[in-house]
Amino acid sequence: MKDMDDSSVTEDGRTIGGVVMEMKNITLRFGGVVAIKDISFDIREGEIRAIIGPNGAGKSSMLNVISGFYVPQEGDVWFRGSKRPAMRPYEVARQGIARTFQNIALFDGMSVLDNVMTGRLNYMKTNIFQQALWRGRAEAEETENREVVERIIDFLEIQAIRKTPVARLPYGLKKRVELARALAAEPKLLLLDEPMAGMNVEEKEDMSRFILDANDEFGTTIALIEHDMGVVMDLSDRVVVMDYGKKIGDGTPDEVRNNQAVIDAYLGVSHD
Amino acid sequence: MPLREDSSVPEQLVFAMEVTLNGLMAGVLYALVALGFVLIYKASGIFNYAQGVMALFAAMTLVGIMNGQVPFAHLINAIFGGHVTHFGWTVPSFVAIVLTIGVMVLLAWMVQHFVMRHLVGQEPIILFMATIGLAYLLEGVADLMWGSEIKTLDVGLPQGINLWIDETTFQIFDYGFFIDNLDIVATIIAALLVAGLVAFAQYTKQGRAMRAVADDHQAALSVGISLSFIWVLVWSVAGFVALVAGIMWGTKSGVQFSLSLIALKALPVLMLGGFTSIPGAIVGGLIIGVGEKLFEFLIGPMVGGATENWFAYVLALLFLVFRPQGLFGEKIIERV
Repeated sequence: MKDMDDSSVTEDGRTIGGVVMEMKNITLRFGGVVAIKDISFDIREGEIRAIIGPNGAGKSSMLNVISGFYVPQEGDVWFRGSKRPAMRPYEVARQGIARTFQNIALFDGMSVLDNVMTGRLNYMKTNIFQQALWRGRAEAEETENREVVERIIDFLEIQAIRKTPVARLPYGLKKRVELARALAAEPKLLLLDEPMAGMNVEEKEDMSRFILDANDEFGTTIALIEHDMGVVMDLSDRVVVMDYGKKIGDGTPDEVRNNQAVIDAYLGVSHD
Repeated sequence: MPLREDSSVPEQLVFAMEVTLNGLMAGVLYALVALGFVLIYKASGIFNYAQGVMALFAAMTLVGIMNGQVPFAHLINAIFGGHVTHFGWTVPSFVAIVLTIGVMVLLAWMVQHFVMRHLVGQEPIILFMATIGLAYLLEGVADLMWGSEIKTLDVGLPQGINLWIDETTFQIFDYGFFIDNLDIVATIIAALLVAGLVAFAQYTKQGRAMRAVADDHQAALSVGISLSFIWVLVWSVAGFVALVAGIMWGTKSGVQFSLSLIALKALPVLMLGGFTSIPGAIVGGLIIGVGEKLFEFLIGPMVGGATENWFAYVLALLFLVFRPQGLFGEKIIERV
């Protein structure tokens, strides 16, 4: 068992730090439907945290609560040691939480490069008049941001399609560009909503490698939702299991794999 | 000026050239109004019926400020029984333009916070209806604020026949072209405005954010863009474009309520150019401008004239049938 209060080192030598994000007793309702029921869990610095569960378990809702798209009726979200007040999604993003979407949300009219550059918007401090008139400062800033973006583009091996409008890209590459945009924000927490949905084996392997490398090289804390159990067990340090809006398991991949409630949820259980 | 009998260039062709040039100049003004539509439509999917009224409102505000008119003078006098109509000062045009820009930004903020914010996620037709309401409201407010009489607007733009062009063309064709200086200035200003807008959209942080919002709201939120800020910005820019259009039209034909009707001419321009394309608005405006002047010149006499009233709409109708996305618009393909 890992010690949850101090930083620890994983088998492959990565350092897992203290708690970055803590969800406390989150309940989310849509009218009469309870999407999330009294769930608490935490995400620690530098780890890959997976949220799994059968269809309709409330995983995406949970991710949307973290990223501010949904506001829970009950419960608190603690981020980097302080309780987060009710925030709009763009404010959450400015705090350093980046995300990707289950059904890719890219800027179709822009090139790959421009898409990834939007990830840097919050790092651009010069105002519109400086950008129009006082080129020096604004140019330096543009160059800085451009360097970060080019590094990410290299890292994700999408140099060849830098200037291509994203609307023309195949599905797998779109997913990768979306990841690039999120990484460009140098997030303190990265949320991935089914990063491998609809991919073939090869694409899944690529994506897994990028996720692991991002975590390893940039130390990015990642929370992800994924259906492919093999992938989840390989990637993640800890797993939260949800079913019908409730948390039924939480722990290392090995622990949840042997958790009876989890096995029942996935394989079904007779109710006689 | 009559043509000399031995002129080497056919008479009709020379006339046609002059007509074309004048058409281009008129087209610039159509393009300016259409540009305001495109900006808002691209960023928020709202077809802003009030764009023409915004041009009117901007022009009236500008004249009112320049003449030192007391806003809502009739209302104030009716309530308090006074007879104030003017402050008794005049404001230099440059200062008045800056103040008017301020008013347009305030208007943009009010539109976002009192109207559009409450309609987020509604059907496009509902947003469109809201802008129709806005158009009538704004027209009423403009009337109440500044009065309904026709006013002359003179911000110091040159006007009248351009003698240089007149003389040069006279030397070539033995016929002097009549080109209004104001039209030339309008063309230059419109070109600068478009160049400025393109640079803004391509190279500034806010421009990037604006394009991002135009493409995908969710994704824009996820990279930290405030939608409501961008929408205020877009309405402000559209207000600024409306002001420029209002100044041009106002200088040309006086500031009057028929100004808001020019918005209707922007519709065929948009159908031609495509609702989402800035170059489309410009090219569409020029085509309509030249097209209706040339059509009147060539075909007009055969059908008894007055073709300028309907030519643009018929052309738009043809486009709707054969190329509904316009020249530059995005083709909408539904996959099943």
